[in-house]
Amino acid sequence: MAGGALLTGTAGWLFVVFAGLALAAAIAVVVARSPVHSALYLLLSFLLVACIFILQQAEFVAAVQMLVYAGGIMVLFLFVVMLVNPRTVQTVKSFQHQWDVALLLFPIFLAPFAYVLWTDKLPDIPANPDAFRMVRGKIAGNTEAVAWSLFRDYLLPFEIASIFLLVAMIGAVVLGKRSLEKMD
Amino acid sequence: MTVTINHYLIASLLLFSIGFFGVLARRNFLIILMSIELMLNAVNLNLIAFSRRLSDLTGQVFSVFVITIAAGEAAIGLALTISLFRQRKTLNVEEADTMRG
Repeated sequence: MAGGALLTGTAGWLFVVFAGLALAAAIAVVVARSPVHSALYLLLSFLLVACIFILQQAEFVAAVQMLVYAGGIMVLFLFVVMLVNPRTVQTVKSFQHQWDVALLLFPIFLAPFAYVLWTDKLPDIPANPDAFRMVRGKIAGNTEAVAWSLFRDYLLPFEIASIFLLVAMIGAVVLGKRSLEKMD
Repeated sequence: MTVTINHYLIASLLLFSIGFFGVLARRNFLIILMSIELMLNAVNLNLIAFSRRLSDLTGQVFSVFVITIAAGEAAIGLALTISLFRQRKTLNVEEADTMRG
């Protein structure tokens, strides 16, 4: 259990509250019967995780999380829920028949994670809150620091991500269009 | 309350496991997609926590990439959902078994 404290005092309690609520919302996503309820709990979970990001001085990532997840992806999900009328897809049982086996296998899945947690061998680096705001030796904002890193050190991955988004967009259009033609 | 990296790892592990259980156990294709989003969110939580622990900005940049991938995955997954619903009039993954051997 080596390593420095990431948060202390009130911020630590805030983390506990946000993380607990986010986990509760996540459980609600998985067990809710109606897809609309699931989508709304998922939205709550995303917003709470964004709050945790703010506690960790990742303000830009928190803003992206709110805009892309809570704004974009959730609207997409709700659109599809409306498109495939949920009343027609309501099944008698919402879980597959092997769900009890999945619950039994779950502790076995946890074991390697627990092993890694108890043998924590991270280097002891002193906390440096300015690391997320430094741009060329000067204190700027978190967004500027992320932008400098993204557009200089990670320019190629950034371009690959843009190609990926283009491919995903074309794929989504083709898939949606073909099923519409079948419909007519 | 002092929060260390381990608290973050436990929270993220639980979030990932809930998502994983959702993928394995639910029948509704839409909710399986939502569970995948939960798992990606847990990965982001880990990246941010390690970024803070090691005082390195790279984790934040990578979580932006993960969010990008999640957006693309959601778009394709929802297009597949509509395609599946138009062909089968259902979202139950157990009924989409044409390829069953």
